Order: sequence, then C-alpha cells, then structure tokens
Amino acid sequence: MLGNSVLSALKHAALFIGLALTGTALAQQPLKIGFGMSLTGPLAGNGKAALIAMEIWRDDVNAKGGILGRKVEFVYYDDQTSPATVPSIYTKLLDVDKVDLVVSGYGTNVIAPAMPIVMQRNLTFMTLFGLNVNSKFNYDRYFQIMPAGPNPAVGWSQGFFDAAMSMNPKPKTVALVGADAEYPAMALEGAREHAKKTGLKIVYDKTYPPNTVDYSPIVRAIQATNPEVVFVASYPPDSAGMVRAANEVGLKTRIFGGGLVGPQFAALKTQLGPLLNGVVNYEFYVPDLGSKFPFLDQFLAKYQARAIVEKVDPLGFYLPPYAYAMMQVLEQAITATKGLDQAKRAEYIHKNTFDTYVGKVGFAKNGEWASSRVMMTQYHGITGNDVEQFKKPGRLTVLSPKEYKTGDLKAPYHENKK
Amino acid sequence: MEVSWALVANAVIAGLLLGGFYAAMSVGISISFGMLDVVNIAHPAFIILGSYIAYIVNDRFGFDPIVVAVAVSPLFFLLGMVLYRIYYVCFERRGQESLRGLAFFFGILFITEVALVLIFGVDYRMVSTRYGDVTWRAGGVDFPMRLVVPFLVSMVMVIGVQLFLTRTFFGRAVLAVAQDQLALRLMGVNPVRVKELAFALSIATAGVAGAFLIVIQPVQPAIGREFIGLVFAVCVLGGMGSILGTLLGAFVLGLAESFTSTFFGPSWAPAVSFGLLLATLAFRPSGILGR
Amino acid sequence: MSNKIFAVVTLTVAIALAAVTQLIPNEYFFSAAYTVLLFVILATAWNILGGYTGYVNFGSAAFFAIGAYTTVFVYNAFKAPLPVGIVAGTLVAGLAGLGLGYLTLRLRGVFFAIASLALAVVLYIFIVNWDYVGGARGAYVIQPREIPFGLPRYIHLIYAVQLVMAAIALVVARTIERSTLGRGLAAIRDDELAAECSGVPTLKLKIFSTMVSCALMGMAGTTFPYYLSYIEPSSAFSLSYAVNSIAMPLIGGMMSWMGPLIGAVLLGSVQQLVQVTVSSAWNLLIVGVLLVLFVTLAPNGIMGWVDAWRRRKGP
Repeated sequence: MLGNSVLSALKHAALFIGLALTGTALAQQPLKIGFGMSLTGPLAGNGKAALIAMEIWRDDVNAKGGILGRKVEFVYYDDQTSPATVPSIYTKLLDVDKVDLVVSGYGTNVIAPAMPIVMQRNLTFMTLFGLNVNSKFNYDRYFQIMPAGPNPAVGWSQGFFDAAMSMNPKPKTVALVGADAEYPAMALEGAREHAKKTGLKIVYDKTYPPNTVDYSPIVRAIQATNPEVVFVASYPPDSAGMVRAANEVGLKTRIFGGGLVGPQFAALKTQLGPLLNGVVNYEFYVPDLGSKFPFLDQFLAKYQARAIVEKVDPLGFYLPPYAYAMMQVLEQAITATKGLDQAKRAEYIHKNTFDTYVGKVGFAKNGEWASSRVMMTQYHGITGNDVEQFKKPGRLTVLSPKEYKTGDLKAPYHENKK
Repeated sequence: MEVSWALVANAVIAGLLLGGFYAAMSVGISISFGMLDVVNIAHPAFIILGSYIAYIVNDRFGFDPIVVAVAVSPLFFLLGMVLYRIYYVCFERRGQESLRGLAFFFGILFITEVALVLIFGVDYRMVSTRYGDVTWRAGGVDFPMRLVVPFLVSMVMVIGVQLFLTRTFFGRAVLAVAQDQLALRLMGVNPVRVKELAFALSIATAGVAGAFLIVIQPVQPAIGREFIGLVFAVCVLGGMGSILGTLLGAFVLGLAESFTSTFFGPSWAPAVSFGLLLATLAFRPSGILGR
Repeated sequence: MSNKIFAVVTLTVAIALAAVTQLIPNEYFFSAAYTVLLFVILATAWNILGGYTGYVNFGSAAFFAIGAYTTVFVYNAFKAPLPVGIVAGTLVAGLAGLGLGYLTLRLRGVFFAIASLALAVVLYIFIVNWDYVGGARGAYVIQPREIPFGLPRYIHLIYAVQLVMAAIALVVARTIERSTLGRGLAAIRDDELAAECSGVPTLKLKIFSTMVSCALMGMAGTTFPYYLSYIEPSSAFSLSYAVNSIAMPLIGGMMSWMGPLIGAVLLGSVQQLVQVTVSSAWNLLIVGVLLVLFVTLAPNGIMGWVDAWRRRKGP
C-alpha cells in the first residue's frame, strides 16, 4: 500500500517535472495559422490588401502576448486566384507544414476547392468573402465574414431595391446587367428575386464578357428599353467602363448602380472622380460613419501606411477591415474555448456574437451573417480626382441599413450628377 | 426594345470606331504574318508593353499617351529588329520555323506578361487624357473622343503603312519578299534585311496601338492574351498580306461586335467574331481581299 | 518490345505504383502528383499531333475543358459516377477534335493553330453562357462519400485513376509512334507535299491524329471537377494548360513518347515546388524562359541530348 502511494507520488512528481520542463516549451510553441491568398492573378489587389490586414492583426495580437500564450505565425502561399492550386496548398499546409489552423483565401474560386479538405478533417473554417459557397456543402463549421446575410444573393442588393422602391412614384421597370463572372451572376440572381418581390418588370437582362472593350453599345441598348431602375453587377474594369459609358451616352434613368465592385477602391474613385456622382452603390466602410466604428480609424491608419509602401489600395475600405474582423472572431473563439478543439469552437461561434472592428458580428445557421449589413450609398459632391477627399466625410450618403442612414436618395440619376 | 434609327446609327459609329482601333492592333500581324510568314503570336505582348510605357510617362509627366507612343516607336522598331534576328538565326535559317518558331513566340509572350506583372503588379492601369471624358453629340448620335482620337491616329498610321508599302522602294521590296525571295535576291536586295526591317515596323505599330488601347480601356498584363485571337481573326478575315484587307476585316469585326452587343446581348459578341473567323477558315481561307 | 507487352507492363507498373504510394501518409503528395499526372496526359496527347505530325494546337485548354465540363454535365443530368464521365468526356473531346480537324486541316498548319485558338475562345463563351453546367458562376461536383477499394480519402482514388489514365495515354502514344500510322505522320511532319505525292493519305491521317490527341486531352480533364469539387470557366480554360502542353514536349523531346513524360514530370514537379516556395509569378516566368531556351538551343529537348550523347558514345 505504501509502495503504491509512493509510486503514484513519484509518478505525479515525474509528470509535474516533465510538464514543467516541456510545458513551458509547449506554451512557447507558435500557433501556426495557414492559408492560401491571392498574391497574383485577377484578385491580387484585394488579396494583398487582406494579407496586410491579417498581418496587422497578427502583430497586434502578438504584442499583447499571443493567443493562449502562444505567438501567432502565418504560413501562406500564393494561390494565384486559381482554384487548381488550392487542394495542393491546403494539403501541404495541413500534412507537411502541420499548421494548427487554417483560414480561407479570398473569393469563391479559392474557398470552394478547399471545402472538401476541411470537411474531411472536420475543421472549423473561417472564410473571406465567398459567395454562397456553403449552400452546396451545408457544412456546419463554415463561417463567412462578408456581411451579405443568410441569403447572400438577395441580401446583397436589398438596400438598392429598398432605395429604388422608396422613390415617389414607385418605379415599374428595371434593367439588369452584369459581367459574365461568378459574383455578378450571383448578384443578378438576387436582383431578379427582388424584381419579382417588388413587382418590377424586367425590361433588360443581359450579361457581357469580361474583356469587353466598349460599353456604350450596352448602355445604349439599356436606354432603349427606358428603364426606371438600372442595376449593375460588375468587377473593377467593367465598373469603370459602365460608369464612363453612362456618362458618355447620357443615361437617363431614376436610379443607377447597385452592385459595382471597384468604386470602393481608391484606384477607381480617383480615376472616375466626378463621373461617380449620383451613382448608388454598396460600400463596406464610409468615413462619415467613423464614430460608429471605434478603433477602425486606428487600424486604417496602420493599414494605409503599409498600403502605400506595398502599392495596394491606399484607402482600404473594402476587404481589410473584414479580414481583420475575421481574425478577431477566430481569436476570441479560441480564447473563449481555451484551446483548439474544432467542435467546441464551431459551437461557440454559432452561439455567440463578437465585438469586432466592423461592429457586432453574429452568424446564422448556415455560417453566413445573421443579418445583411451591406451598406447602400450614393456618391455626391466629388470634385476632381484626388484621393484625399475620399478619406474625409461628405462624399457619400448612406441610404441603408436604417441604423447607419445619413440621408435620402436623390433621384433621378441624370439630374443629380453633382 | 425600341429600335430607333439613333440606336442603329450609334451601333454603326461605335462599330467603325472600334474597328479602326482593331486595325491598328492588327496591321502589324498583317505584315509579319501575312507578308513575312512569321507567326508572331507575341504581338499582343508588345501592344501591352506599349500601353505600359505610355502609362508610365503619362503618369509621371502628364504627356499625352499617343504622343508618347509615337515618340517611343523607334525603340520598338529596334526591339523588332533584334527579335527578328534571333528568330531568323535560330529557326528560319534551319527551316524549323513552323513549330519551333511558334513555340518561341509563345514563350516571348509569356515572359513579357510575367515581367510586366513582376514590375507593375496586376492592377489595372489607366491614363488620363484631356479628351478622355469628352463626347460630341450630333443629333442623337454620340462620338466619344476616347474612341475618336485613337481612331483618327490609327487611320493615319494604317494608311501610312499602306502608302509606305506601295509607294516606296523599300515597301515594295517587302511586298516582293512575300512573293518571291529568290527573285528579290537576284535583283541585289538582301531579303533577310528586308524582312528584318519589315518585322521591326510591325513591332513599332504594336507599340503605338498599345497607346490606343490604354486610352480606350484600362490595361493589365494578362489582357494581351485576350487579343491574340482577335488580331489574327482580323487578318485572316480581311485577307492575309493585304493592309486594306486588314482594315476591312477590322471594320467587319468591329461592326459585328457592336451590333451583336446592342441587339443580341454583349455576351455573344466575341463568339460572333470568332465564329466569323472559323467560317472564313472553313469556306474562304484567303479572306475577303486575300490573294 | 511489342506493343502488347509494353501495354501490359505499363499498366501493371501504374497499378503497382498506385498501390504502393497509398502508403505515403501525407495528402499533399497525392495532390501534387495528380497535377503532374494531368500534365503527363496533356503533354503526351499534344505531342501526338504536335511532335509526331507537326501541327501545333494552341487550344489544349479547350479540349481539357470539354472533358471537364462533359463530366459536370453527366453528373448534373444523370448523377452518373466518375467512369461514365471519363468515357463521355473522352468521346466528346474526340468528336470536337474531329470537327476542328475536318474544318481546318485542309489548310496550312498555321491556320489550324489559329483556329484552335479561336475554338478555345468560342467554347469558353459558350460554356460561360450555359447555365446548366454553371456558366460563369461555376459548377459544384460533390465528391461521393463512399470510396471504393477501401481507400482513405477521395484524393487517393482520383490520383490512382489519373495514374492509370496516364499509362493509357503513354501506351496509345507509343502504339501510334511504332505503327504504320506513325510513319505516315512522321512523313507529314517532315514534308507534307512529298508525303502526299508518295501516296500517304495525309488528310485522313491528320484528322485521325487530331481526334486521338484531342480525345486524350479531354480524358485528362474528366477528373478535374472531382479533384476541385468546383469548376468555373476561366480556370478550366486557363492558358497555362496550353503553354505547358507545348513546353513540356518541347523540353522533353518531341520525337518519342518518352519526351512528353520526361518534360511533364520535370517541369510539372518544378512548378509544384515553386508554387509552395517562391512567389508564383516566377512560376510562369520559369516556364516561359525554359520554353524559349529549349526551343532555341535544344530543339530536340532532353531526349535529343540523350540521343546525341548515345551516338557520341559509339555503337
């Protein structure tokens, strides 16, 4: 009996000494987070911006002592914005580099191919701006930081159609146009649903190929149908083309815009300058709302300093705050569940809301945001082509959602281009 | 859709203006492929190179991109000469030009694109011109300067090339080299030299066309590949080796795209262009004005 | 070695390799190997028309995509399993090759090359507008839960399938190379006019060669949607497939079936390595530079060096 307790005491002592020696070493082992990111290819501008934001997060977290006492380290590879590279990248991260966690790259193209891999291993997966990816996989450990809401296709253009229907008298016709690509196709699908719901008659519904050179024929064709509402879903080069063409052709309609990717970035804001006046479009951050998002100014200052050096979007209003917020959710969930257990973390994220730089974030059952928070804004008062005017309030009116509204829609479009 | 005469007129104007620009891009191929039998599939890479040079100077000093391109064209000319020399020594002389020459230019295309990506990144670049946002309106028909100015300069360039080829000694030597190299040699002209200078001319036109491109639309390194097919389509359609044929082919393509965009949906416009190309290859490979 | 024996040996080796490599514990190997094998098939296929016959096909991506999208179509329409997709994809790609060949092979080789490029564009637009296979939005293909042969994960199965398909492609290439057909193709490559005058039915042979080449390219693409679970037009039609399918045979050597194999394994592995180490913009630069270097300095590729070295060593 005594022998047994001595033995057991010795065992405990040995364990304790062993733990003391290695435990501290373990605590110092870095927490490796792996991901692919678009550093080259069509979405590289955004990918690089997101990476900067994530690195700022990593540095902020490490300055406070890391997560659970472990310093955060990134292991990442360039996915070239191509789905074909994703399986190799993620299997290498998980099986060869042995990272502790993975998060996604930017966009549906690189999130979808990673899904089977994370699903097979039951990993909790934070994702960055994929459009409705989980509707195909129905994975309960998928979480999306894009604020489109539980039904992304519809949530995206909710604000636009709300603004359209707020016009007096109510419009009766709508023209839908967009690029032949993944995001615009999804956005247009949502727009069609809105048209059905609001009783708008669709008088034009066509797409154009991404390498279209001249957009004037398209805008003219749209004008020929005399729509009262024109909804556009486009990527940066065609967004520029469509806005220019609308000015060239002198498009007459009551409300124009909705889903243009591009004007959120400095490059297009400065390039188009006053041509943007009157256009209604979505934005993710607006300087006029600075007070509603504390700490975001600090973050943006850090981001903007690096962005200029690394030659990416100098404003950083689009992806960077959300990339940072995604990592904040991850960090808070790990800290709250006191470990890296995938199931516990997924459960925690589903059940809680998080305080992030972009406000309170809560998730729906399918991993999307619990409610849509895409801001619909209207440009006005833009003069000249310098970037500084966009850093200050006064160029954007926020039309929706209600809690952030700063003003009303000025219609019709062609009479409010100032 | 109410089809007004204004809609049709605008479609025609837009198609012609676009066609003029396509002609500028393709005239180089008409020379290098149509007359010299060199399948320079890297031609669009030089167009993009021209766009970027115009962009850099415009961004730094504010000079008009087209002026810059014309000023810089001697450099492109030299580049063309060097390229042809390499091509000739490695392939043409050995009789290996069809397969390997093609692969060679393909490699050049890629190297140029990747080099541009490494230097400039993948973001779209644009230039700012004084006339970029100006549109003349004449009774329901629009003439955007963004398209008109490149169109006019392009016409000057294309007609200039045509005059050069038909009126000068050297130009006629180029036409001759396309027809009968031996005869040319017998007349005391070095065909290799002639081809070298003609190829250099084709690259020079590419550089200038690059400036047109960046005035009309934003540019990034990868878009060169999108124009390979178009440029060859224009030449084949118009007839190989004929500058006027190239012009015609360019207008046909421009109009086809414009009309398809306006009346059937912009999605199908490139398919129409290439469908035309495939049909031409199948039924009249010599093109409209070809020999 | 006769064709039959070669076929048996190659297939046995392939299956044995597939079995043995299952023991490798990390999945990354399978992912990377799948991609390299994909290029082995593409390069071998391209070389049948390119190296053996002398006709350049710039539209490899188009036929690859046809294989991929046919799989998506039969998956959407009939929930058909992978083998059906493979057979269907190969057939449709072969038919497309037949069509292209019939339209353009009466003309000079250069027109065939341009037409193949044009076909790639037209097909791309067609797919982008065809919502049934996802159009621009892309299509999802969900990997089945049940994996045959007791393999642990789906990637192991796909890799094994690709290995067997690569073996098939090599067998086909070698069989053609050593047959009367192959001699006819070589005659066309060396001097088409002379071949025609000697009685070689050049048009028929060219069309057949195109059909086989394109069918194999389609075969390479059939497993792609299953590998990624997601396919969308711009990556399916990526020009990197066109460039690599030309560069690899060029670097390996275009005269025999071994050349594309060597070129694909070498270049493919280098690209996989670069992808997870250096920035990937350099990846393309490497391909371009190697292509230019080899085409100017070593026109017969690595196999050419081997042959020259052998000849110097004497009989």
